[in-house]
Parts: sequence; structure tokens; C-alpha cells
Amino acid sequence: MNVIVCVKQIPDPASPGALDPSTNTLKRDGKLLLDESDSYGVEMALQLVDAAGGGEVSLVSMAPNGETAGMRTALAMGAAKGVLVSDPALLGSDALTTAKVLAAAVKRLGGADLVIAATESSDGYTGTVPEQMAELLGVPSVTFAKKVVVESGALKVERQTEAGYDEVTCPLPALISVTAGVVEPRYPSFKGIMAAKSKPVDTVTAGDLGVAPVGWAGAGQQITKVAQAEARQAGEIIEDDGEAYTKIVAFLDQLKAI
Amino acid sequence: MAINNIWVFAQAADDAPTTFTLELLAKARTLGGTVSAFVGGDASALAAALGDHGASKVYATGALGGALPGVAVAGAMKAIIDGGDVPDLIMFPQTYEGRDVMSRLSVKLDRTVITNNVDLVVEGDQITVTTPVFGGNTLVSTTFNGGVPFIASFRPKSFSAEAVGGAAASIVGAPVPDLGATGGATVHATHVEETTGPKLDEANIVVSGGRGLGEAAKYELIEQLAKLLKGAPGASRAIVDAGWVPYSYQVGQTGKVVKPSIYIAAGISGATQHMVGMKGAKNIIAINKDKEAPIFGIADLGIVGDVHKVLPKLIEALQARS
Repeated sequence: MNVIVCVKQIPDPASPGALDPSTNTLKRDGKLLLDESDSYGVEMALQLVDAAGGGEVSLVSMAPNGETAGMRTALAMGAAKGVLVSDPALLGSDALTTAKVLAAAVKRLGGADLVIAATESSDGYTGTVPEQMAELLGVPSVTFAKKVVVESGALKVERQTEAGYDEVTCPLPALISVTAGVVEPRYPSFKGIMAAKSKPVDTVTAGDLGVAPVGWAGAGQQITKVAQAEARQAGEIIEDDGEAYTKIVAFLDQLKAI
Repeated sequence: MAINNIWVFAQAADDAPTTFTLELLAKARTLGGTVSAFVGGDASALAAALGDHGASKVYATGALGGALPGVAVAGAMKAIIDGGDVPDLIMFPQTYEGRDVMSRLSVKLDRTVITNNVDLVVEGDQITVTTPVFGGNTLVSTTFNGGVPFIASFRPKSFSAEAVGGAAASIVGAPVPDLGATGGATVHATHVEETTGPKLDEANIVVSGGRGLGEAAKYELIEQLAKLLKGAPGASRAIVDAGWVPYSYQVGQTGKVVKPSIYIAAGISGATQHMVGMKGAKNIIAINKDKEAPIFGIADLGIVGDVHKVLPKLIEALQARS
């Protein structure tokens, strides 16, 4: 079974995000890391290939600056190879263009039995790319998968819903988006990290994939204004001296909640 | 031209339109055009309520027979559009099904989608939507390039639902066309995770716990406090991902958006992801041992302290009064 995982390399989520004032896009000029949301998909793919007894896990990613650090993390976990679409022309691409680029990268790898993505990225969280890719690839999809097994050539998925979950079956080839917590991502071993350095990453441009127009030219939207929201003021902050709970009781009293 | 023909993707629960659907209808009908609802499934039980909230027509696919709504409803929408009824704007709720339908439709129409919006303004034939980023500190306004239909999704509680007393919407069939290979996913069983007490996104008081609780067993403190205050228990994404509580408890960007009159955050640092889901609360009480935690930046009352010490005392004090 061959599985392709979409991985996004994002700015360190621990440092505050910022918009580039000249383009109003998210600043992505620092070191980029593997989006933690994608580590679940990588782990799921490795487990499914392992259970199938053969095949490999490949990666597709899109980044403006040739960055591979995040992809190397996924390769160190056990993925075999990857395609990175890196092209300055991609700056400003909307979600639909991103889906077109990633779907073309999947095709460049010769397709797969299963494509896995996170439900949404941690930095942009548009949340539409996986399902857009499924439509572009002409395959069925199950979004928000929280448990996935393959049985007699078809997927059996527990799909999270607002109220609980659904049991869904889906023939292969297919695309799924997986929730965080679906599996426990492994830590790359030292051996894995060393091996990852020499694993092949095929770096291509949008033009190589035949996707045009991209970036600002292809975007179906443009940002017209960026404004600060009305800030919520901080109130009273006190250190607990053992009696701070009485402050909460008094506040609840004042609000007539008790 | 102006924005004359507006569709709202309508969802139902227990044979009634969801509140979220009614919120979008309320906004849609202020835009000056005709409003149609689009239902994946049978609409006979919904037409009266949809009409009462401003929809004059409801497109209905009829029973989906276990198909996941995303690809099926998008196919039905595309067929109606190809048939000549081209909407200027399609509004989606930012829900699982809403996301799936608009994503599939986006490709079928080769039109972009703008998600996670909280407002929309029409100026002539142009639409501007507003999206909060960085936990809601920054508001980004975006317009569409190119022609209609414009496709946008909105966060819950962005608008207020209000009945206007319209007649029942007329039902128009919108059959699902042959979906080929893309229609292969089928739902076999549905499981509802029961919760007691008020619903999280409707409760007047919400008490949420986070990683600061230390271990799953300590979530009981959150449930106890919520019960005493007749509120709903909630959770940060961190402890949902860790498997302490089901996803249906999650407050935040990828969970429920809540706007209670009182929100108590215990052991929650206030990641962007969480703040987006609760900063609309009227009053916020935060308990966290890290005085630098971002949650204190928006709390009306902040207690810098250990939740394991503060919560038991608070619970005891409230029990003594009841």
C-alpha cells in the first residue's frame, strides 16, 4: 500500500505570528517546522503501510523558499521520499491554488492508494485544501477521521462529528483528513534522523507541474484592509494566597450566578 | 449588478434548522436580494422554519442514502447552477459538512472560498468579508476577484438569528447527480456522545479545563464546578488531543465557539486556538499558575495560582451555599 501525506512547514507556533506589511501575508521567512497537525498523518501512514505488509510513505509539500527542515522531520519518522514545490511565484496563493499544486505533486509521484492530510494547518487554518484535493484527484474522501483501518481493500473510518462520530466505509484510492490525536506520532530515532539526510526530495516549481496561474495572479481573493480588533482589557489579576477562591465567589455573586 | 441571489447551506438537527443556519439566514436577508436555503436531505420538516427566517425557496437533494454530504451536496449545487440559477453569493456555516461541501464546490466551479469569517459587507457588486487572525487580535478584510458565485464561510455566533414571520419556503428538488468514484464514502452508523446539563455552545456559564489540570482524573473538578454553576464543562484542545475528554467538549478554533455570560478557564494558558473560541464571553475568570499566561490578558478576574488548590476550595465554598 502506497500512501502520500501532505505536510506543511510552518513558522514556529511558539513565536507570535505576524503579517508582512507589504503583502499582508503571513510572515514565513524564519526557520520552518513540520506542522504538528501533520505529524499525526505521517504516523497514520506509516502504521497503515506497516499493517499492509508493504509499500511506502511519500510526502508532498509546498513552501515559498526551498525549506526542507519540516519535511526532514517526517522523513526521519520513516517516510521514504518527497516532492517539494518551491517557487517564489507561489507567494500569495489561495487555498484552491494550493490544492491544485499539491494534487499535481501527488500525480508527479504517480498517485497513491491513499492521500492523507491534516484537517487544517496550524498557521493558516483555511481548512479546505484536503477536500479540494480530493475533488481535483477525482477520489472519494472522508474528512475528520479519528480512527482508520484498511479491511479487504477499503477504508473503515470513525469520522468525528459535532455530536460524536460516524462509522464510514470508503473504497480506495481515497483521501482522508485526520484529526490531531488520531495516533501517537513517534519521535524520530537518531538512526532515522541520519537516514533522512540522504532521502530524496524532488524540488520542483509550479511551472514544472504545469499549474498556472499561481500566487497573486491566480488568487481568487485580495486583502483590502488589516485592522486591529478592539482589545479586551485585562481586569484584576491577583496571586493566590490560599484565599483567592473568595474573590471568585464574590465575582460570581456580583454577576448573580450563584 | 448587485448581490441579488443568495444561497445559504442549511443544516438540520432533530427535524429543525440549526441555530447556526438561522444566523446565516438573518444576515443573508439584510443584503437586499432573494434568499434560498440549500438542504442536503429532505426539507419537508424544515420549510416552515426556513421561511420564517427569511428563505423564500429551499433546494433539497432528498435523502442522501448514507452518502457523506460534502461531495453529494456540492454535486447537486453544481447541477442547479449549470441549470441556470447562478447565485451571487453562497454562505456556508464553518461546520464539518459546510467545509466539505464548499471545498468540493470550489473545485467544481473553479472559484476560491474564503473561510472563517465573522462579517460581510456588500458594496455594489463587490463583497468584503472579515476574518479574525492571531486569536482575533487582527481583523483582515478580503474581497473576491473575478465573477460570481462568491463562496464564503462564517463562524458560529457571528450574526443573531431572528424570525421575521415569512411564509414557508417553497421546496424545489435538487437531485444529486452521478458522482462517479468520488461518491464512494458511505455512513453505516452514527454515534452520539451523550452529555448531561446544558449544551456547551448554548450554556450561560462554561467551565473549561486545560493541561494545567495535570492528569485526566482531575477533569472531575471541572465537571463538579460546572454542575454546581448549572453550566457546561469545556476543554482546551490540548486535553482533547491527549484523550482526556471527547472532542465534543473542545472550545476553540477547531471546536465550539462559545459566548456565555461567564467563562471560567482553569489550567488553560490561552493559546490563540483556544481564545478564538471564547473571547466573546461577557465575563472571563482565569486560574493559571503561570502569571505570564496570555489568558490573563483578557480575563476580568485572574487568579495566579494552582488549580489543584483553588478549585477544591471554590467547589467547597459553593457547596456550602447551596
